[in-house]
Amino acid sequence: MLDLPSIRRQFPILSQKIDGKPLIYLDSAATTQKPQAVLDRMQKFYGEENANVHRGMHVLAERATVAYEHARVTVQNFLNAQRPEEIIFTKSCTESINLVARSWGRAHLREGDAVVLTVLEHHSNVVPWLQLKEDLGIDIQWIDIDDHGHLKTEMLDAFLKKGNVKLVAVTAQSNVLGVRPPLPDIITKAHAHGALVLVDAAQSVAHHQTDVQELDCDFLAFSGHKLYGPGGIGVLYGKKEHLESMPPFLGGGMMIQEVHQDRFTPADIPQKFEAGTPAIAEAVGLAAAIEWIGQYSWEEIEDHEQSLIAAAVETLHVIPKITILGPGNGGARHGSASLTTGALPLQSGCLSFVTEGVHPHDLTEILGRQGICLRAGHHCTQPLHRRLGITASTRLSVGIYNTEEEITPVRTAVIQAVKKLSS
Amino acid sequence: MVMDLYAENILDHYRHPRCKTRLPSPTVTHDEVNLSCGDAVTLDLLINGDHLQEIGWEGGGCAISQAAMSLLSEKLQGESLEDVESLKKEDVYELLGVPVGPRRTKCALLGFHTLKNALRKFHGEQSQGWMDTVESGAAHGN
Repeated sequence: MLDLPSIRRQFPILSQKIDGKPLIYLDSAATTQKPQAVLDRMQKFYGEENANVHRGMHVLAERATVAYEHARVTVQNFLNAQRPEEIIFTKSCTESINLVARSWGRAHLREGDAVVLTVLEHHSNVVPWLQLKEDLGIDIQWIDIDDHGHLKTEMLDAFLKKGNVKLVAVTAQSNVLGVRPPLPDIITKAHAHGALVLVDAAQSVAHHQTDVQELDCDFLAFSGHKLYGPGGIGVLYGKKEHLESMPPFLGGGMMIQEVHQDRFTPADIPQKFEAGTPAIAEAVGLAAAIEWIGQYSWEEIEDHEQSLIAAAVETLHVIPKITILGPGNGGARHGSASLTTGALPLQSGCLSFVTEGVHPHDLTEILGRQGICLRAGHHCTQPLHRRLGITASTRLSVGIYNTEEEITPVRTAVIQAVKKLSS
Repeated sequence: MVMDLYAENILDHYRHPRCKTRLPSPTVTHDEVNLSCGDAVTLDLLINGDHLQEIGWEGGGCAISQAAMSLLSEKLQGESLEDVESLKKEDVYELLGVPVGPRRTKCALLGFHTLKNALRKFHGEQSQGWMDTVESGAAHGN
């Protein structure tokens, strides 16, 4: 069992009051709060170690380089990657996916090739591929969902049979429905047809163990700020053979071996993809976040967060005029048991809902004034919202620090807000 | 105590919107969408000589955007075109009568933005972007 009071004490931001009421932060899918250990580590870096990394001979340059490369190894171990050079630091999960699209995509995709996406994807795993569609004439094929928000994976089989699929880019966990696509199945099938797989792990990485060797994915992207780490740091994992076959993404310092007036030779990975001064303190802060979360077992985290999601379904589903999107709707009828089959929870991290006659922005504005932080809008998933036939939804998302006592007041607050806004 | 954004007047206009009907033969029709949240307004203006004879609209979205359109249409019904053209965004805030923070600026100004572009269309001009509406001082015609 997690020691929630001890965990919460480590997040100074959570102890504040909003208009006299305790802050209830249920927006961790947008960004997580940061534990004191991360804040302290970054403070220490700037206080004692700061310098630019690599090629400096002085003592601070060495400290900074050691800290930065230690962060890379920390991420490598966190993902169970084979080699540290398979870890590229970027500024965000979005930049990581763009790197693959611009570098691997431009080098390996031709007109008529296909990239398979799912309607669950965040815009960051949609737009880079649409840009390639515009530039190169590639096809984009979409895997649809069923009424519970689960992927119709048989559609993937049909796409793969055509023989032109070069990449499947899929989320590990929906940032709206919380559903988790069957990655091992998708990856096995894609590889059998010669297609690579990119996993957008932005939403899953704080909630479940990520093992890139077990998954056998070709690329995996996530960002630090959704993993209790700082903003401005993202990670791209890529298999060495792929990264080595790819041209540089951004050009500049650090990413070269030799530069002449008419040509350059790129550096080896990972530096080839890290042009310019990287976000050093942020990488160090991310490593601190990974070390911090490492003191808890994934089993404890999953048990805790599953009980929070089950509590959220129980809390919300009785509200008149509410519809919980995706699997939570079935969960409302059958209790929390239907949220889990075997070891794999079907809905994780968040759930979203609509209330008839009440716009999510009005609802979350009213809740926000009572210190209850939910998020409203299309959550950067317009294709999914269009598929669901809605323009916006309200999302409740959880982190390791949330408690069931924070979920319960949401019911009354939503009921009061709906009453206030309805005629 | 912070003044409530959802004041009774706002909620009344949201629940019982004024002039919310399409006109059978408008002089000009224009629609705008706030893409970030899906709020939408379609505005019909019946312009007769130098005054706005009738205003009608259809729309959907949050309470602030819909109430603002309702308040605006109630105020402008039958006004001289000169007064309609000289309307400023500050006038919309005054009509709403509640503090509109930066989060809700585009909600509050969706109707106003639609009106301005309807007038531009009436004058045969290109639509202006959101930035122009949000940053603007006076309305079109000055």
